[in-house]
Amino acid sequence: MNWLFRTLGASIGKKLMMALTGLSFIGFLLAHLAGNLTIYGGNDLFNAYAEHLHALGPVLTVMEWGLLTLAMVHVITGLTLFYQNLQARPSRYQVTKWNGGRTAGSATMPYTGIIILAFVVIHLFNFHFVNKEGTTIFQIVTETFANPLYVMMYAAAMVIVGLHVSHGFWSLFQTVGANHPKYMPAIQILGLFLSLVLGMGFGFIPVYLSFMA
Amino acid sequence: MTQDAKTINITLKVWRQKGPGVKGKLETYQVNNISTHMSFLEMLDVVNEDLAVNGKEPIEFDNDCREGICGMCGAVVNGAAHGPGKGMTLCQLHMRKFQNGDTIVVEPWRARAFPIVKDLIVDRSALDRIIQAGGYVSINAGGAPDGNAVPIPQEIAEKAMDAAACIGCGACVAACPNASAMLFVSAKVSQLALLPQGKPEAAKRALTMLRQMDDCGFGNCSNERECEAVCPKEISITNIARLNREYLKAGFFSEFK
Ligand code: HEM
Ligand code: FES
Repeated sequence: MNWLFRTLGASIGKKLMMALTGLSFIGFLLAHLAGNLTIYGGNDLFNAYAEHLHALGPVLTVMEWGLLTLAMVHVITGLTLFYQNLQARPSRYQVTKWNGGRTAGSATMPYTGIIILAFVVIHLFNFHFVNKEGTTIFQIVTETFANPLYVMMYAAAMVIVGLHVSHGFWSLFQTVGANHPKYMPAIQILGLFLSLVLGMGFGFIPVYLSFMA
Repeated sequence: MTQDAKTINITLKVWRQKGPGVKGKLETYQVNNISTHMSFLEMLDVVNEDLAVNGKEPIEFDNDCREGICGMCGAVVNGAAHGPGKGMTLCQLHMRKFQNGDTIVVEPWRARAFPIVKDLIVDRSALDRIIQAGGYVSINAGGAPDGNAVPIPQEIAEKAMDAAACIGCGACVAACPNASAMLFVSAKVSQLALLPQGKPEAAKRALTMLRQMDDCGFGNCSNERECEAVCPKEISITNIARLNREYLKAGFFSEFK
């Protein structure tokens, strides 16, 4: 098994782990977004969706732990890369300039990542680790978004997610070696489209609920 | 077609550092009457003559061919490796790219793996160590084969030639926000992996060269694409994708550990 750790431990190996876990998160986010859209159906539909989801029982628990494992890998590897990359240039340039490669998304990956991590913790305490006795998830969600601070925080966090994915999506294909003039332009367009869908799709929900309240 | 020569006055801020590990700083020089026909290095020559005449230490900078083929020259000019101008080395950059009154900041390549020797000169032997780790073909290739005995499609030959255009100047490292040498390594791996003579050792080469790159203290590639933007030979990051493929293939599917 030594070869496995050696392969994954090198720079490209670490990047492979970032790419695979990142792609899994994008898959998760799309499923999560599809589920959340039931909130536009109102109280009953959203609660029914939540009930169906939780009826999965042990399957859901396994998925949750799986997601947590992926998150640990992505966060620990991402922070390691961030640290190593800072180390690789101990003295900085006096003048720095973007020469046409970097984008707002690519230049901020570690920072948007850390913000997403903080957001996920808050998000879990808002809607996951709460006492659900005598209330419904629809009620918990609408009560949270009656507070404009939460609305702004959630909407901003979703813009951050969009920014992370705007670079992350095409980058993960490049990382696994899938860069070809035939299909790279399509991947890049799909990445921008996905970041808009995720950013606006999630971001609009708290705004909508605060207007309904 | 020659443009009329103009002369310009510029303010030059150059990184001066006496030796490895000592503190350096930007020194300011007022430079007057520079012909726009001069190359950037010729402008530095003029400054150095002046410094020498006044008993001061000239600015040390690497250079050799002065025609963009040897890979010796290079400095970060106003935040761009090899300065403004696409697909050219610093020795090919002309002063007509600048305006009268410009302030020009000149710094050495900065990376942990490229320690500063003096002023603008850095030690790029890390790139040699990466080549020594596997950037060669060691199989016995025999005598020269007949023409077309080994068929190589034109498109493949072109790709290999594009990768082989790398002159090893280190601008990719200098421009990378992470000081990664991935564009260099990917060009050196690609030029051999694409051709029949390089294929037998492709797996081992990808592993040893990448590990050597990591050991030298270069950063990790984040696909920022700044390397491709400044490369004087305009080497494409599709080579980095090929290196990723070659490495992952070697790591997971070859017999090499
Ligand atoms: C919704 C959650 C997230 C998604 C969908 C996501 C997705 C991605 C994707 C697709 C990549 C590109 C991988 C590659 O270039 O091969 C990436 C890179 C990265 N992610 Fe995330 N990520 C998420 C959360 C996080 C978190 C919580 C962190 C934590 C600190 C983080 C830190 C990073 C960093 C630093 C990189 C850049 C790695 C590099 O190229 O050097 N991400 N992410
Ligand atoms: S001096 Fe040879 S490439 Fe510039």
